[in-house]
Amino acid sequence: MGSRASTLLREEEIEEIKKETGFSHSQITRLYSRFTSLDKGENGTLSREDFQRIPELAINPLGDRIINAFFPEGEDQVNFRGFMRTLAHFRPIEDNEKNKDPIASEPLNSRSNKLLFAFRLYDLDRDDKISRDELLQVLRMMVGVNISDEQLGSIADRTIQEADQNGDNSISFNEFIKVLEKVDVEQKMSIRFLH
Amino acid sequence: YNDVMCCVNLLSAWDFFSWATHRIERGAKDNNHLLYKPYSNGDGSNRDLDHASEFEMSDIFYFCRQGVESIMDDEVTKRFSAEELESWNLLTRSNYNFQHISLRLTVLWGLGVVIRYGFLLPLRVTLAFTGVGLLVVLTSIIGFLPNGRMKNFLSEQVHLMCYRICVRALTAIITYHDSENKPKNGGICVANHTSPIDVIILASDGCYAMVGQIHGGLMGVIQKSMVKACPHIWFERSEVKDRHLVAKRLSDHVEDKTKLPILIFPEGTCINNTSVMMFKKGSFEIGSTVYPVAIKYDPRFGDAFWNSSQFGMVNYLLRMMSSWAIVCSVWYLPPMTREEGEDAVQFANRVKAAIARQGGLVDLLWDGGLKRGKVKDTFKEEQQKLYSKMLVGTQEDRSRS
Repeated sequence: MGSRASTLLREEEIEEIKKETGFSHSQITRLYSRFTSLDKGENGTLSREDFQRIPELAINPLGDRIINAFFPEGEDQVNFRGFMRTLAHFRPIEDNEKNKDPIASEPLNSRSNKLLFAFRLYDLDRDDKISRDELLQVLRMMVGVNISDEQLGSIADRTIQEADQNGDNSISFNEFIKVLEKVDVEQKMSIRFLH
Repeated sequence: YNDVMCCVNLLSAWDFFSWATHRIERGAKDNNHLLYKPYSNGDGSNRDLDHASEFEMSDIFYFCRQGVESIMDDEVTKRFSAEELESWNLLTRSNYNFQHISLRLTVLWGLGVVIRYGFLLPLRVTLAFTGVGLLVVLTSIIGFLPNGRMKNFLSEQVHLMCYRICVRALTAIITYHDSENKPKNGGICVANHTSPIDVIILASDGCYAMVGQIHGGLMGVIQKSMVKACPHIWFERSEVKDRHLVAKRLSDHVEDKTKLPILIFPEGTCINNTSVMMFKKGSFEIGSTVYPVAIKYDPRFGDAFWNSSQFGMVNYLLRMMSSWAIVCSVWYLPPMTREEGEDAVQFANRVKAAIARQGGLVDLLWDGGLKRGKVKDTFKEEQQKLYSKMLVGTQEDRSRS
């Protein structure tokens, strides 16, 4: 039997996810389809192995960091809500959202939240600071064995020097935002997906 | 293998290069005051693409987006499960997103079930048993004849007849195109692989020497009796790993022009008929003429893809026999041979591209082995190398300036 997940997505759940993430109805059902096809254990959650089975992700130098972003602190399984919440960061920012009510809670795909997602890729121990060590480790992931420790060290030093404003030799989230203020984050961290 | 890796990385590198070029150009603009003045040309332009860009914290965005894009949808994992249909064909097995819509549809579906399971299935199973039984009995009888033209002729007739009965047993409606290109003796026929039924479809229109591993049980019985009537190439399990032995037996067979063309599926595993994945180079090293064949199933009447991790063989055959029909098209492509200066891998890719084009399938460089195994680390290392190259250039400038 073509075994799609035994629990089909209910309308109420779709509405809740729509409100939380801003995805459209068809996007949510499409991604649910994708979620269930990745869920080999058919228990309604994804493990890290399920993600690593995607070849294009497995060859991404930062694949493990990206997979990690889906899992809340200390947990090994992510359910569909969590999956959608993380993917929501990459929803493009629509024009009509830019002038939304400022009192309403910030959408998951705001510029600030996109930056926070990227910041957390660097911040390995989740202490809200990117230390020199953490920066080195992430750089090492991106370049593999092709650059020497000294060269990498000097790249890290230069980067921290340029970003660090309060002299604590690490980059806080605000310093991170400042460094990237000229970068078109909205475009680089958005994925156009269905409608 | 290096070429395949190169190709794969060309594809991902293309994205990377367009991003990297953009970065380099931007980097050159930002840094012209320190790094590039000594290298600026006389006409004042200081854009030098040989000098790579420096690391920026925003570099992570590129990898991040690639990664999440592949999580949302990727080209490979969807090849290992049955294709999704746009509209329902009244088979619950194809029912992914279609829920209860109307009473009339459910009644239609119920009627379909009765017809398929009550009428079609028993008829087909009977035919299947007849076909297989006749194959075993008749080929064993022919085995007693002395080798010669009579034996070959009878063997061909028996094989064709039995396969055609099996085709009826599946209600396979096959359209053969370009039969003038049918494989000849001494050649190797290669085709894309979707299911074990591929064999029956091709063998009911022509005589081939099969290649495969000896199985136990019913399959083993069939294999042993087939080989009595005409030479097929069956390997013991232990022999399969020995690539030289396999290659030797295959080349010995093709050199003997009285023997039938060999039928091989170079993908090595069943793919869901929306794409053609990497062809293993073994069959392309042998040096005989290759006859490519493209097989495309129409999934609306019954999806022929065998997802071996989901169902075993018997279950699969039952599903096939309880679908509406198996509808497919077979194209015999013009024969191809390895050209001067082309190695086995390039030749394999050329054949694969021809088959993909004819069948309207996506031509992928990924290995079908990814169905079960992990992707090699070397691909990730290639990506890392590309990125490093972009950064390293900067460091060399620094030491010089």
